[in-house]
Amino acid sequence: MNSLSSKIILEMRNITKHFPGVVANENINLTLYNGEILALLGENGAGKSTLMNILCGLYRQDEGEILLRGEPVQINFPRDAAELGIGMVHQNFMLVPRMTVAENIILGMSSLPFVPDMKEISVRISELSEQYRLKVDPNAYIWQLSVGEQQRVEILKLIYRGAEILILDEPTAVLTPQESQELHDVLKIMTAEGKSAIFITHKMEEVMIFSERVMVLQKGKLKATLKTTETSPQELARLMVGRPVLFRLEKEEQQPGDAILKLEKISAKDDKGLSALEELSLTIHCGEILGIAGVAGNGQDQLAEVITGLRKPTSGVITFSGEDVTGKDPLGMIKAGISFIPADRIGMGIAGNMAISDNLIMKSYRDEPITSKGVIKPKNIVDFANRLVNLFKITTPTLKTSVKFLSGGNIQKTILAREIDACNGLLVAMYPSRGLDVGATESVRNLLLDQRNQGVGVLLISEDLDELTSIADRIAVLFEGRIMGIVNSEDADTEMLGLMTAGVSIDELERDVQTMSDATME
Amino acid sequence: MRLILEKRKATSQKAFYIVPIVSFIVALILGAILLLITGVSPIKTYAAMVKGTFGSMHVFSETLVKATPLMLTGLGVATAFRMRFWNIGAEGQFVFGGIAGAGIALFFNDFISSWLVLPAVIIGGMVAGALWASIPAALNAYLGVNETLTSLMLNYVAVLFASYLYYGPWRDQQGFGFPGTARFSEEAWLPRIFGRVHFGIIFAIIVAIILWFIFNRTRWGFELKVIGENKVAAKYLGIKISKNIVLALLLSGAISGLGGASEVAGISRRLQAGLAVGHGYTAIIVAWLAQLNPIAVIFVAILMGALLVGGDQVQLMMGLPAAVGLVLQGLILFPMLAGSLFTEYRLKIIRPEKIVAGKIESEA
Repeated sequence: MNSLSSKIILEMRNITKHFPGVVANENINLTLYNGEILALLGENGAGKSTLMNILCGLYRQDEGEILLRGEPVQINFPRDAAELGIGMVHQNFMLVPRMTVAENIILGMSSLPFVPDMKEISVRISELSEQYRLKVDPNAYIWQLSVGEQQRVEILKLIYRGAEILILDEPTAVLTPQESQELHDVLKIMTAEGKSAIFITHKMEEVMIFSERVMVLQKGKLKATLKTTETSPQELARLMVGRPVLFRLEKEEQQPGDAILKLEKISAKDDKGLSALEELSLTIHCGEILGIAGVAGNGQDQLAEVITGLRKPTSGVITFSGEDVTGKDPLGMIKAGISFIPADRIGMGIAGNMAISDNLIMKSYRDEPITSKGVIKPKNIVDFANRLVNLFKITTPTLKTSVKFLSGGNIQKTILAREIDACNGLLVAMYPSRGLDVGATESVRNLLLDQRNQGVGVLLISEDLDELTSIADRIAVLFEGRIMGIVNSEDADTEMLGLMTAGVSIDELERDVQTMSDATME
Repeated sequence: MRLILEKRKATSQKAFYIVPIVSFIVALILGAILLLITGVSPIKTYAAMVKGTFGSMHVFSETLVKATPLMLTGLGVATAFRMRFWNIGAEGQFVFGGIAGAGIALFFNDFISSWLVLPAVIIGGMVAGALWASIPAALNAYLGVNETLTSLMLNYVAVLFASYLYYGPWRDQQGFGFPGTARFSEEAWLPRIFGRVHFGIIFAIIVAIILWFIFNRTRWGFELKVIGENKVAAKYLGIKISKNIVLALLLSGAISGLGGASEVAGISRRLQAGLAVGHGYTAIIVAWLAQLNPIAVIFVAILMGALLVGGDQVQLMMGLPAAVGLVLQGLILFPMLAGSLFTEYRLKIIRPEKIVAGKIESEA
């Protein structure tokens, strides 16, 4: 971006927004230039999403005005925003699972004929997905797609509708490093065409890679607007959190104990009936964190589901604590002592309308002291919930608050509290820090380390290589339902893991190293 | 000035209680407008309705008589709705309960000792209602068939089967062609408390208390709630969804069936036309207006019963059609459904001057 010649496309002036008891935004000014990527950085609850929801018509500001190409505009409904060329990819996708990609993309468009030509639409979607490198099948159903693929659909939807300003709410939270790189390319192509993007994030590294300028919000106030080239991750972290941040986690040396979970030649199919796991074998020991790296959609979902009883393997044997548990249902696995932190926090991990106390007891409600002879003891629920809320430092107004009103970090802490409390031997965690702010990520990782130190086996499925190398003891790389290799995390380097996630097995890598060293010897 | 809706930051507990009350008031106002159009005084009409339903012990007893089947079907519906299972087959389950109760009263009373007849009638009605409800439940739980359609269609089967019975094989030979079975022998009569108010109302109150306890204080009730709130989460938490759907629907159907058996044994004392008058559908309004709270169902059912009796009263006293009561019943549901929006959203007023200012500036 050459800032002098660039024109301002969007301005938000003195935006203030109150919610009962909170000031979500206070006097915020935002300027967006044509063809730039602006990062909006802040912790959860800093007011980033509120500000963007105002821009795309979900909320209305109490004070302040919005100017598009220099002219004041009223954005009262999402439709107004769409007509002005402003589109947003939300963190929780707005897709209809039972409809196809193409149907979702055209859903609600007013310019369509009464009977849309789906063939033509599919062709157009294919062209766009080619052009922007957003690989997705227009005729696939949303429920068949991984979270990463669903995000591509959301972005395609906006491009298809001709959005000029794209708002992305923590887009990389659900992406692998490779996919993030692809997203970066997509955004570069789009900004080269004169489109602009606002990128909500709480990760400093992404600000540095993706954006040209960055706005830092803290507790509803604008702390600074900086050029990315003139700042550093350390400065940004300090501005965002309001105190210096330590990224290091304390991981003590520890000898792993006996095997707690053994998978032997496990095969499983996905929802489409295609092979998802192929004769996969793995062993997790007590007191170790085994990381599973890999690009989403390579069998991670099925691996976790097979271990937690949500999916029956088509062949193979699962042994837990020396006992054959193959083919047990979820309740059987829970009773055996396996806990699970699911990837889809809101959709699977909680019942959003129910109280936080109800959500906390969802694993322990079957037994004493919460129930005795099938009857629930309300007082014991309160005691139990209070204990977990204090132990896991969950911030909530009351125990009766519906859990959906908590921040992402506190929702995840609620799930972790419940699962860790019920855990007896193995904790399966899928993308546990995805979409969480720095503080919450730190505490989630420390909780997993605590479990490891207490002798629990932890299976950590993650796409964040930093997370894996910093807390896992060993890292296995999953590619197309097979393990490409297992490395000790001290020996792992990003390049090697990257190659393995792309389908190069560890044997091949070692052979290459061998040939190279042979060559140099000669 | 424009009004827009904005999502709240937390569910409003106040709205949860206020919405049903406001809905009732809105329905009364809408009803008043209708009455005004037809040229009658709404105040006089409403006064007549209140007097005709709560004005004396006699009329109040009739209100309770009408409310009793609404209580039981309302409780049945609420049980299924708790887990977001849209059982709209309470009518059929109620009628089937009536059929089974009548069958036992008519044909088995010679084979069992007389003190067992009434319990057999009641339990038979519950079993029949439960079985009738188990059809849509099992189809949904194991084959994924939409329960709304199957439970609705089975209503017609049950209602028409009942009329086949009292027009055909079960018809009273000494009944001078009147469509209905013979009168039950006395040991099958459900005792009356005062007026025509029978023991069904006691059953309803007991069931309401038991349901309240199940919903709020038992492990099973907790599981039903989780299933209703999030099926995916329920599965992941190890809750057996199919089994619980069937169990809850057996209970739901049994309660409606109890209503049907009580009605035939307590009021008509025979199976006849007039058993199926839409209690099972009004039950949906009752359950919804009571926010699925079993204790509230009892009171809402009395209110709905009053509207029915009140309709009859204004027909007698003022020559108005009895449908006035039904119209009011129907009118309550609309503001209620619309109003539930306010538990999650609030109204926000956009001041006009801002829009005007925006236009002037953009033109300049």
